[in-house]
Amino acid sequence: MKPGDRIELKVTPDPYLTIRYAGASGDFNPIHIDEDFAKRVGLPGRILHGLWTMAQVARAHTDAAGGPEKLRRLSVQFRGMGRIGEEIVVSGRVREVRDRVAIVDSEATQSGHRIIRNGEAEVDTV
Amino acid sequence: MATGSEVIGKRYPPTTYAVGREKIREYAAAVGETSPIHFDVDAARAAGHADVVAPPMFAVVYGARAVGPALFDPEVGIDFAMMVHAGQEFVWGPVVVAGDEVTTTASLKDVADRGGMVFYVFETVSENQRGETVCTGTWTQLVRGGS
Repeated sequence: MKPGDRIELKVTPDPYLTIRYAGASGDFNPIHIDEDFAKRVGLPGRILHGLWTMAQVARAHTDAAGGPEKLRRLSVQFRGMGRIGEEIVVSGRVREVRDRVAIVDSEATQSGHRIIRNGEAEVDTV
Repeated sequence: MATGSEVIGKRYPPTTYAVGREKIREYAAAVGETSPIHFDVDAARAAGHADVVAPPMFAVVYGARAVGPALFDPEVGIDFAMMVHAGQEFVWGPVVVAGDEVTTTASLKDVADRGGMVFYVFETVSENQRGETVCTGTWTQLVRGGS
């Protein structure tokens, strides 16, 4: 990884993803798994878990760096809501490399809307 | 003064999570991991790990059990109907593998009122059975219409 290098990951969450992720993570907030509940609280329907979306940002880095142990730090801000069935694009760019650690800026978008912004990661380059 | 600011610094009882092989496989599949080191013991060992490796964001699984009681603490007084997960940071140490026992301690780091929006910042520190810090998490919750 060197300054200016880009990373990218594309993934489309299928209709049952939030059910599987709820079981895997233990986060059973009904806004993610119950269509009727989500609509009753004013959402357009079930929405993605923000921490699942953050895991996609993390995966973009670990795939690019060559392993889970390379990711030393990841910080993100959540914005808006992630929708089921629409492609997510994670994109990142290496800002600088210091002491063999790359600083990577990233975001995740869906239909042009940023659902994760100000992603900042530290990734081991060796 | 924002709700909960009088208990900044409060620490919650540690919780210990036993990391299971099948839980790592289930989590890794749910987040779309494909590397065999998350699924196959031989592949993980060939890569120098003691057992299948948890993806970094598995920190959510062993950390959530500690953060829950902090979020629901009546002394902090979060209005859940108005709460939004605003930000998250994790800093990782050595990887977590199946068979590890991870003990996590949560604390309330800050409460800040910014023009009617109150930011609650929680920290989790997770250590493995050897006392190594495997992850430090910073969980920022935003409550709209706060005091």
